[in-house]
Amino acid sequence: MVALDKETLFGDIHKEFPTHSGHKNEVSPGGGIVYDAALKLKPEDIGRPDVNLYPVPYLDVLVSALKETGHEHELSKYQVMTNTVAFGASTALIDYDFNIVSEAITEGFKGRKAALGDLNVKAARHGYDYIKNNFHDGFAYKLHPVPSSEKRMVIRGVQAVGIGKFKAGCAFQTYYPITPATDESEYLENHQRNYNIVVVQTEDEISAILMATGAAHAGVRSSTSTSGPGFSLMAEGLGWAGHTEAPGPVVILWQRAGPSTGLPTRTEQGDLQFVLHAGHGEFPRMAVAPGDVMECFYDTFDAFNYAERFQMPVVVIADKFLASSYQTVPIPDSNNLKIDRGQIATEADLAGKNPYKRYEFTPLGVSPRSLPGTKGGIFRTTGDEHDELGGITENSENRIKMMQKRMHKLQLAAELIPDEKKVNFFGPQKADVTLVGWGSTKGAILDGMEDLEADAIRCNFLQIRYMSPFPTELVTKYLSNSARKVLVEANYSGQLGAIIREQTGIVMDYKVLKYNGRSFSQNEVYEGVKEAIKNGSKEVVMAHA
Amino acid sequence: MLELKDFRTKVHNDWCPGCGDFGILNAVQMALFELKLEPYNVAIFSGIGCSGKTPHFVNTYGFHTLHGRVLPIATGAKLANTALTVVAVGGDGDGFGIGAGHFVHTGRRNLDFTYVVYDNQVYGLTKGQSSPTLPKGEQTKSMPFPAIIEGINPIATAISSGYTFVARSYALDVRHLKEVLKAAVLHKGSALVDVLQTCPTYNDINTKEWYAGADLPTKAPRLYKLEDTGYDGTVKNPTDHNEVTQKKVQAMTRSFEWGDKIPIGLFYRIQQPTYEDMIATRMPSFKEVPLTKQDLYGRDVTDLFQELS
Repeated sequence: MVALDKETLFGDIHKEFPTHSGHKNEVSPGGGIVYDAALKLKPEDIGRPDVNLYPVPYLDVLVSALKETGHEHELSKYQVMTNTVAFGASTALIDYDFNIVSEAITEGFKGRKAALGDLNVKAARHGYDYIKNNFHDGFAYKLHPVPSSEKRMVIRGVQAVGIGKFKAGCAFQTYYPITPATDESEYLENHQRNYNIVVVQTEDEISAILMATGAAHAGVRSSTSTSGPGFSLMAEGLGWAGHTEAPGPVVILWQRAGPSTGLPTRTEQGDLQFVLHAGHGEFPRMAVAPGDVMECFYDTFDAFNYAERFQMPVVVIADKFLASSYQTVPIPDSNNLKIDRGQIATEADLAGKNPYKRYEFTPLGVSPRSLPGTKGGIFRTTGDEHDELGGITENSENRIKMMQKRMHKLQLAAELIPDEKKVNFFGPQKADVTLVGWGSTKGAILDGMEDLEADAIRCNFLQIRYMSPFPTELVTKYLSNSARKVLVEANYSGQLGAIIREQTGIVMDYKVLKYNGRSFSQNEVYEGVKEAIKNGSKEVVMAHA
Repeated sequence: MLELKDFRTKVHNDWCPGCGDFGILNAVQMALFELKLEPYNVAIFSGIGCSGKTPHFVNTYGFHTLHGRVLPIATGAKLANTALTVVAVGGDGDGFGIGAGHFVHTGRRNLDFTYVVYDNQVYGLTKGQSSPTLPKGEQTKSMPFPAIIEGINPIATAISSGYTFVARSYALDVRHLKEVLKAAVLHKGSALVDVLQTCPTYNDINTKEWYAGADLPTKAPRLYKLEDTGYDGTVKNPTDHNEVTQKKVQAMTRSFEWGDKIPIGLFYRIQQPTYEDMIATRMPSFKEVPLTKQDLYGRDVTDLFQELS
């Protein structure tokens, strides 16, 4: 750990309710803490005899770096560079190649800022050398480049979703500024010129979802992105889209910790039940929850195909953690991804069909749609209950058939979505423990499984991706024979557990939950699952800050 | 050859007998017909309320949307297919009550479309509550007490929000309304047409007779046409800040005239770049080919991945 100040070590102890109680407690045994020697702390002040301490006099080291370039009289201007000193020091501990450090810094200071970049490289170098000259090399953790022939990239969730949208041919994005969703829209807007996408910053999220729905009805693949507070406002629009069988939009929900304004910059999986029920009345919607950055890409791409094919809104449930997590992954081959625009009635199809029935009853429930501007394709649509022509009616028989037509499309989707997209299953078929989760906890769970295995607890992991239509048969298949089922979820009530019970009748044996706005760590999955199964704790609440 | 009846549907109309909506419906159909628009190139959007039924009666693409939400949905469709002629209709409660936020921000964009407001000062479909345009102190027949808050001024609000064509007409003067609607549809930019409309069922104040001035000593009609008075609301030089301001002030001042004399006609018009023009400054293809006609489905995103490597 690199501590730039006292608060990092001990928490904001001056507050009545500190945000955290000091990150020094989270360092693994055998780890190291780099901190400012000017704090004049004794080892017992830190109270971690099991970790290595590396006091570095940040300011003195920085002055020596500035002296090299004759900037030592401008210390107040450059004082902020103590963070680079500390960074350089940490890279020395792990024996990292300084050329890479230097390159990374230079990359961050291009153009007019290049001179500043050079200064920062010097500051890092002096921090690096301070460690090498003052501490003997006893640090056990080293970081060396892993040779790889694969071309890799560093990508965040918001970028993966954005690229998924471009690949899918999305040409219309709306948003109202909200943390943590806005970065995605900005990414799209930055690439607007080359990828022909209209990005509209709307007056509110009500407008955002409806503008996107209007565009979808008009024949363009469209989407909107938001977080919980915005999604609350979208409930009305989601219902209109579902009821009028709009071929979209795709809604990306970057969950954050709620309710209300909640913890606006932190993460949570608290909106799953809301996504499945938002809006009054009953209408079809699809919901998919990617578990990592590349699933964000693939699930977003698929969402547009499904939205048009089944003519319904699709919600992609991601979260703050996925939005801002960088992952290093191989560059995928995306040329094999196929666009499926569903059934579109062209002028030729429509010739002789008078009147054209936009909501024609068909065996599968999906009626071919015409795009406004098509000769012979005139239709009316309405949020009132309607007949095959889109005319308002309260006819009893029609109502029953229309409800069945719309809702049947979910069943159709359940039949057509490949199993490997609905769930992921990791580990052996038979195990002591089956972990069950969804969304961004995937990475922590996979890592935690290694620790559990090392502790002789054999486990497997069911990650559920499609929430609507819910993969009832698959989940039943994987869970009905599992010895002990542990739900791992970042919310208070174990929402996925409730859905599994509702859909399959299967009850989770244990819950490991976390709802302090921080993401699950590998340690917590290990500790939480172990606590549950060794001590029989039905519900374990994790609290690492 | 298109005929007027090509713009009519066979859908049963359940508006009250004598409703002002019939006048507006006729004027809309006549305007579209006289502009020689193909029905399949027109899309009509509505909100919820009596006016919301309009798309069911006009034989064009029709979208009967949500209460107060007609403008965002119409905006999305127009941006998706800029070749469509888009007309949005709605009531005064729909547009200036629940939809007020959308009304203001739609004006700011100056999208090329027309918004027709059926303005009868009451919520007809829910049996006559006061609407946002009912003046303070007025009491229509189903209200237990007179209104204790101010009504809003649609003309002044539209001008200050950025609508570039702002007019008022009267539902029972179909000829005048039709001409205003034609000019509004032809206008490049966001056009607001506020249509004074009688509600024979719930508004017993602003009746056909009241508009005709039957209660006045002079028996002279309250409504008069701005164009008959030499009034000119059109900005000649949109880059002349003084002229623009002067024309806005003139229009707003006139819009507060309400009583024995009520002006109808074109209050304000200015030619300014539309939202479509502005989007095209960032994305030139946007004006050349509607998004619905662009080939967007074979995109290679390898560059975007490479950018991150």
